Amino acid sequence: MSDQAILQVENLKVNFDVSAEGDMPWTKPKKLQAVNDISFTLNAGETLGIVGESGCGKSTLARAIVKMVPAESGKVLWLGNNLLSLSDSETRQYRKQIQMIFQDPLASLNPRMNIGEIIAEPLRTHYPKTSESDVKSRVSDVMNKVGLLDNLVNRYPHEFSGGQCQRIGIARALILKPKLIICDEPVSALDVSIQAQVVNLLMDIQQEMELALIFIAHDLSVVKHISTKIMVLYLGNMVELANSNEIYQNPSHPYTQALISAVPIPDPNIEKNKELILIEGDLPSPINPPSGCVFRTRCHKAKEICSKEKPNFIESSTSHSVACHFHD
Amino acid sequence: MNLLEVTNLKVRFETADGIVNAVNDVNFSVEEGKILAIVGESGSGKSQTVFAMTGLLDHNGSATGSVKFEGEEILNLSNQKLNKIRAEKIAMIFQDPMTSLNPYVRVSDQMTEVLMHHQGSSKAEALKHSISMLDAVRIPDANNQIRMYPHEFSGGMRQRVMIAMSLLCRPKLLIADEPTTALDVTVQAQIMQLLADLQKDFGMSIILITHDLGVVAGNSDDMLVMYGGEIMEIGKTESLYSKPTHPYTQGLMSAVPRLNDSEERLITIPGNPPNMMKPPEGCPFSPRCNYANDQCSNVSPILSNVDKSDHYRACHVEIEKIV
Repeated sequence: MSDQAILQVENLKVNFDVSAEGDMPWTKPKKLQAVNDISFTLNAGETLGIVGESGCGKSTLARAIVKMVPAESGKVLWLGNNLLSLSDSETRQYRKQIQMIFQDPLASLNPRMNIGEIIAEPLRTHYPKTSESDVKSRVSDVMNKVGLLDNLVNRYPHEFSGGQCQRIGIARALILKPKLIICDEPVSALDVSIQAQVVNLLMDIQQEMELALIFIAHDLSVVKHISTKIMVLYLGNMVELANSNEIYQNPSHPYTQALISAVPIPDPNIEKNKELILIEGDLPSPINPPSGCVFRTRCHKAKEICSKEKPNFIESSTSHSVACHFHD
Repeated sequence: MNLLEVTNLKVRFETADGIVNAVNDVNFSVEEGKILAIVGESGSGKSQTVFAMTGLLDHNGSATGSVKFEGEEILNLSNQKLNKIRAEKIAMIFQDPMTSLNPYVRVSDQMTEVLMHHQGSSKAEALKHSISMLDAVRIPDANNQIRMYPHEFSGGMRQRVMIAMSLLCRPKLLIADEPTTALDVTVQAQIMQLLADLQKDFGMSIILITHDLGVVAGNSDDMLVMYGGEIMEIGKTESLYSKPTHPYTQGLMSAVPRLNDSEERLITIPGNPPNMMKPPEGCPFSPRCNYANDQCSNVSPILSNVDKSDHYRACHVEIEKIV
């Protein structure tokens, strides 16, 4: 693992315009802050896990990095170049190096293309001059790598099970030999036994190809297993960022603590005697977020200062940062 | 006495491509006031087992065997009789609360309808009862919230509404089919805690269907592991976790990443779940099993007792080799 930073995200913000029910056409739409002021660095060969409840902006963050949604402000530095200031054709250069895997394995594959065509498509798009025999051999290479038999190239996605479809998605992401793969909930639609296969596969490929991964999931046990560091998001804000073991052993933010205590542990002796930190209620609306600290409405530690001042994201120890007025 | 007793339950579906035997000879029972968890991967037949019990199979499905509830046979009863049982004795909640609630009807009307129809309550009485039930599932400001439509609630709140509705007639048995799969972990913890509290208050039994071994560990007395439409292992939750005696249970337990340890690699179960159109001969798990021998791929194992306790398993391989 090298210490060279390949991706630096600085103060990234993503806003969406939303109009409320019953608004007149000329009413100015409200701003929804989906991603608010997020900064992190990713080194080659590292895995960054992003966790948070649904609606916290995990996927939007990932999409903003690859410019699938426009960012409001901030920088995405890929090997030192700010992707956000590049034109579309210039961005294409860098797209080869960043690939994505999605949640629903079947929905992300075109049902009318056979899997040979699906896997070869990025290659044909980015390197149209590749000869047909080269394409064939590259396709069968990556298929072997992800554990698919290469005599299956002529089959269609519906003929495969969920786990196999996810392997096809991974093969498609790998064919361009990227440096970074963004995995948006890649295993949450899979059964436990298949999930373990895919997680192991991703980890093997990562080691072999020195890939960096951004791994988004709501299952904290999976994220902890695969990640080197973990970012916890709440309502578009970073609340904690630390090494994966550190965050599970010393969660500093009340939200992280609650999130970790809510994860059921498959052991009846531990689970039945566990003390739960329950957080009441639901995620507040991101259109009208709470003043000050975004988590204060559900936080058991909240005091007056939390509603007035937004806590800064500060480093509490080396490689452990947290945004809370009362972190321990 | 056992509240529910299921013997030799079989479910088969006739499809255009042939016959699918979704559930094969399943036997189990639910004690009064206890929680039974049914665990299995998708396609293992866990949902079809309870659908068959409650007469909710699709039109091309048929069930044979026997399901006794409070000593009376309820399998394949007429819809009229089942309706009575389903509302008053056995209630059910499903994975996606949005698809189980009527989007056009206010929650108040959906809830009072149940009481007015089954218990002949007046509208005012039913409304009062419904509000107190929403209070019981800890929906804040139930007096006003009851007037809302399902889409106005969040996912967790909707599941609470479903639970409240299912408990209106004080059922003896609640079947919860993946009640928290669609929810975030924080909300899942709230809902599971609520179910556990309600179970104690109302003294009912629960059948909890899930694929999440963490949820099972914290919330069940007994558990049943299904694979390929058959029971692989059944027993007390504690004893199955501390000493899984079936290769599939063992594989399942080790395939789950755990927060409380830091193993480098997950242990996987090779291969894919069986295609129920052409299930494997003998033990359905044999093609994926590390211990499988010739006998396994020819003869289907029967459930047998482990250590003379109420822990049963269906496996040909000697226990000593597995544990």
